[in-house]
Amino acid sequence: MNAGSRKIVPRPKALNCPSCGSAIELRAMGAAATVVCSYCSSTLDATNPQLVILQKWQSQMTVHVQIPLGSRGSLFGAVWEVIGFQQRGITVEGTDYYWREYVLFNPYKGFRYLSEYENHWSFVQSIPSLPVHGVNSHNRPTVTYSNLIYDHFQTAQATTWFVIGEFPWQVRVGEVVAAADYVSPPYMLSSESTANEITWSRGVYVPGADIWAAFQLPGAPPAAIGVYSTQPAPVDNRPGRPWKLFFLFSALLIAMMIFFAVKARQETVLDQTYTYVASTPGEKSFVTPPFVLNGTSANLQVEVTGMDLQNEWAFLGMALINEETGQAYDFGRQISYYFGTDGGESWTEDNHSDSATLPSIPGGRYYLRIEPETEVGTGGAVSYRPIKYNVKLVRDVPFYFRYFLGLFLLLLPLPFLGRKGANFESLRWNESDYGVPPNAIVWQSNSSSGDDDDE
Amino acid sequence: MSQPTAICPNCGAQIRFRWSSAIQTTCEYCKSILVRHDVNLEKVGQVADLPPDISPIQIGTEGVYRDTAFQVIGRIIYSHDVGAWNEWHLMFSNGSSGWLSDAQAEYAVSFLSQPETPLPAANQVYRGWEFVQQNVRLAVTTLTEASYEGVEGELPFQYWDKAKCPFADLRSSDGRFATIDYTETPPLLFLGEFVEFESLRMVNLKEFEGWTA
Repeated sequence: MNAGSRKIVPRPKALNCPSCGSAIELRAMGAAATVVCSYCSSTLDATNPQLVILQKWQSQMTVHVQIPLGSRGSLFGAVWEVIGFQQRGITVEGTDYYWREYVLFNPYKGFRYLSEYENHWSFVQSIPSLPVHGVNSHNRPTVTYSNLIYDHFQTAQATTWFVIGEFPWQVRVGEVVAAADYVSPPYMLSSESTANEITWSRGVYVPGADIWAAFQLPGAPPAAIGVYSTQPAPVDNRPGRPWKLFFLFSALLIAMMIFFAVKARQETVLDQTYTYVASTPGEKSFVTPPFVLNGTSANLQVEVTGMDLQNEWAFLGMALINEETGQAYDFGRQISYYFGTDGGESWTEDNHSDSATLPSIPGGRYYLRIEPETEVGTGGAVSYRPIKYNVKLVRDVPFYFRYFLGLFLLLLPLPFLGRKGANFESLRWNESDYGVPPNAIVWQSNSSSGDDDDE
Repeated sequence: MSQPTAICPNCGAQIRFRWSSAIQTTCEYCKSILVRHDVNLEKVGQVADLPPDISPIQIGTEGVYRDTAFQVIGRIIYSHDVGAWNEWHLMFSNGSSGWLSDAQAEYAVSFLSQPETPLPAANQVYRGWEFVQQNVRLAVTTLTEASYEGVEGELPFQYWDKAKCPFADLRSSDGRFATIDYTETPPLLFLGEFVEFESLRMVNLKEFEGWTA
């Protein structure tokens, strides 16, 4: 490095506007092609040391420049000075829409732009490559750049309405370009073309608060209005987000289910076969031998199986009784079994078994009291046939139903959340050339008319 | 590398050539534009004061492009109806020469290239015209009628009296860049690519008051 020949480019010196005589500061030190006098709005040729007037008059618009020219701020890893400002507009169906652009300059990095529409901000940089044109599955135009597909949003004639400060190209009020925007939030690819030139740029959505912080602007940024074309959807509004949450919580539930299923002791505390004869006189109820229920508190599954019923019902009145405290848990199981033939086809109804699970039984010594009862036969006849049945008590069994209930409850809000996300997308696309998102579902009131069905 | 020297026919100052193939140079002292004829130098014009310029690059800036060191030895300044740009003449350590164009801090390195198919005439080329060179599809993005604004340092050809310079700039989808220079017949094709300023690892740059690189 040859330090001896080091040249330092001095700060720009003040010049006077040839139209009104006001002082003009050239901030881009010669990089700018145009400078507009902030007092009389004359457009001057900044490349000429004499500042030749290019355009003397521009419409007197009331434009609020939110970042004063000369402000410096740090954005995306570099320091930028605001050197120029323009307001541009498009007319869609008789309505004018205006947005504002700030020229940012760094002598080593070159130029960037900030655009602002309804207090939505974007940081914009020109790109050297040409995006590749295509169409999406909904037959709308797309462009692909850096492996990202952008959906066409809008094409319009953009007119420059108001200019102050310096620009890297000679800008004139009244200048018209064909501007096309393609979006892939938070990014936008834009082309601006005239007969002899096309330029492409890429913008990224920046929250107003970041702009305020970068340029240390006083107060808070004005609230953004509506949904901007490249505004990222709020976190819980993103399409697919509710499903992600659903799968996350489902996985949690299933993990809990597996955990508790593995942890469940499933200890058989009683497994006994009894015989009941309805015609035997005397007290029908009896008690089982005592058994110990371990642990502080867990469920107890009572299974009655193999009950040998023939076209009759049986009712087992049961009570689980704590030997020490005498506390009783009363419950009952009704079991019935009917069969027959009807028109040559045999049928059965109900079953030989049933089960019940008693929740949260404290540990201790218990016994079960069982009081069987069966159907009294036709004409008050009592069956002499012995009925065998098995009673099995299992301490601490896994319990699945609540998990399935949980999964079902998790599903309930999904249609509403999905709808909220879709609503954000329809607001985004409302101002596009299409009015609706590319993947919008068009509800048809009459699905039977198949004439124009192109599916 | 040999550094042939000569004497400025206008002021007698010593003219040092950094690049042996230079056809044209400017005298650092009297700003005469000098064209080389064998061993003699002929003064063909005088450089006016160069327009103010923002480029951080200057004659003598050194850098590296694709692992080959280069030095900036010359420059052409063009202007067109809505702006201006610099073409910096690069001399590489392997003896070849190329161009670093700097248009509003968008940088591209390019080299003179032989067109694989005939190039269209200046009045036939249009924005969007496409051609394939070295398996790369390039499309015309800018048509410019530039005028020559000034020269500095050593150049591989005589470039001092051209008034109207029509150019067609082309781009690809993968960062390639081409320029068709219609100041000669047949037109010249320069082929290259866009580069990031930082990737050239340049030293001996201009410094700007109030800014750090």
